[in-house]
Amino acid sequence: MSDKPKFAMYWAASCGGCEIAVLNIHEKILDVDANFDVVFWPVAMDAKYKDVEAMEDGSILLTLFNGGIRNDENEHIAKLLRRKSKLLVAFGSCANEGCIPGLANLSPVGEIVTTAFNTVSTDNPNQIYPRTSFDTPEGEIHIPTLYPRLKTLDQVVDVDYYMPGCPPESHQIAAVIDLVVQVLQGKAQLPPKGAVIGAGTSTVCDECKRTRHVKTITSFKRIFGQPIDPSLCLLEQGIPCNGIATRDGCNARCPSAGAQCIGCYGPAEGVVDYGARLITGFASVIESNDPDQIDRILDGIPDPTGQFYRFNLAGSLMKAGVSAWKKEKV
Amino acid sequence: MNNEQFEPTIIGFTCNWCSYRAADLAGTARMKYPPNIRLIRLMCSGRLDPTFVFKALTNGADGVMITGCHPGECHYLEQNYKALRRFHLIRRTLQGLGVEPNRVKLVWASAAEGAKFTNEVKSFVEEIRALGPLNWGGAGGNGHRVETQIPEEVPA
Ligand code: SF4
Ligand code: SF4
Ligand code: FES
Repeated sequence: MSDKPKFAMYWAASCGGCEIAVLNIHEKILDVDANFDVVFWPVAMDAKYKDVEAMEDGSILLTLFNGGIRNDENEHIAKLLRRKSKLLVAFGSCANEGCIPGLANLSPVGEIVTTAFNTVSTDNPNQIYPRTSFDTPEGEIHIPTLYPRLKTLDQVVDVDYYMPGCPPESHQIAAVIDLVVQVLQGKAQLPPKGAVIGAGTSTVCDECKRTRHVKTITSFKRIFGQPIDPSLCLLEQGIPCNGIATRDGCNARCPSAGAQCIGCYGPAEGVVDYGARLITGFASVIESNDPDQIDRILDGIPDPTGQFYRFNLAGSLMKAGVSAWKKEKV
Repeated sequence: MNNEQFEPTIIGFTCNWCSYRAADLAGTARMKYPPNIRLIRLMCSGRLDPTFVFKALTNGADGVMITGCHPGECHYLEQNYKALRRFHLIRRTLQGLGVEPNRVKLVWASAAEGAKFTNEVKSFVEEIRALGPLNWGGAGGNGHRVETQIPEEVPA
């Protein structure tokens, strides 16, 4: 085995996009290989959990952990990798703030299982559901147990750095790898523990090239089915753009491409609750003082919880809906 | 728990120039209102960051009362209208989370309306008592900090 520093990457409750984003750094991936010994990365190589368990504590230099903690397997590996790693990075929106899998925190766990195993898209006439343990002639087998709600990585273990994005932008990943390599060569220093890396310290609006004036919104609209000015701020046009509360770092990708920011880079620096910040912002630019008219304007945001917490529900102050807090048995 | 015996915890945000003085007036005039409400003074209802509401609800409050100067009378001109719009959005968001939107209430009270203030507190306490405890999963604190409690397991 080489004496290069060790690298690991893991996916918990996530979609796999973060892995693709890492592979998408093109030839930079060769820097990873040149500078690191990849010891564990289920999507890219064959390794068993027991291989990781056998490693010395703290022997992995850098672990990029993507995905939220939805079941006991996710939690077990999060704790295992925490023990084995010097630097544990919450990589991507799921690990940072729950992301789309975190939206399942609006439903009780029983409903989630039913939706997956017995709805219009799944023909299940015999009502077969997964069981957490099952006896076979070869012995008892186990599958992971679902938790009532998804947790972010730092709600379960201590995290050294946070790297936001759904997924993190490739140029940001490349920059972070460059930094770590420079640190290894003694040419740079690591940021303070707890820092957000691979992103900016302001908002998406700061990177957005669209022109803006005073915003006075009399109705909210969807982005399709009507002419949208290609150079004017989308929020000003009544498109609910989340750029105002979202951390910069993506070069304002969505507004540059003609779509509103939906907030995948998570809360901007200093924001405690992402949705609360958006509520403050949207409420400030609605042009009406009349309760009934305000109600009519707000009907233009049919799903406020989804609008304000699409990526951030599990990491928000409320963390979940009522039904996920109620411990429901299936 | 029987809802009759349940004593709700309510956080009230008051504006320095009107509702806080209304509460003060109620006090000096010895008007009685239930002790369930804990008042926090802001300079203006426009300072009411929705974060405060979510923080209150996730740290044990069963209801939140937001108060401010009557429309047109805010000492910072338009801020109570912003509070009004935030209030609407907070309620809609809570509804999406399955929380009764009536756990958050907005009241306009001038400095002279000590009696109105006490009546609003009284009726709100009864409304929240009827809704029962919120018990927000024992989840408190900053959304980005580690929780120490052991996760409940639910077999799927
Ligand atoms: S609100 Fe959206 S469109 Fe407007 S400046 Fe910000 S990011 Fe750009
Ligand atoms: S504009 Fe918003 S949603 Fe789009 S990539 Fe950037 S942070 Fe994510
Ligand atoms: S000063 Fe009282 S609400 Fe603004």
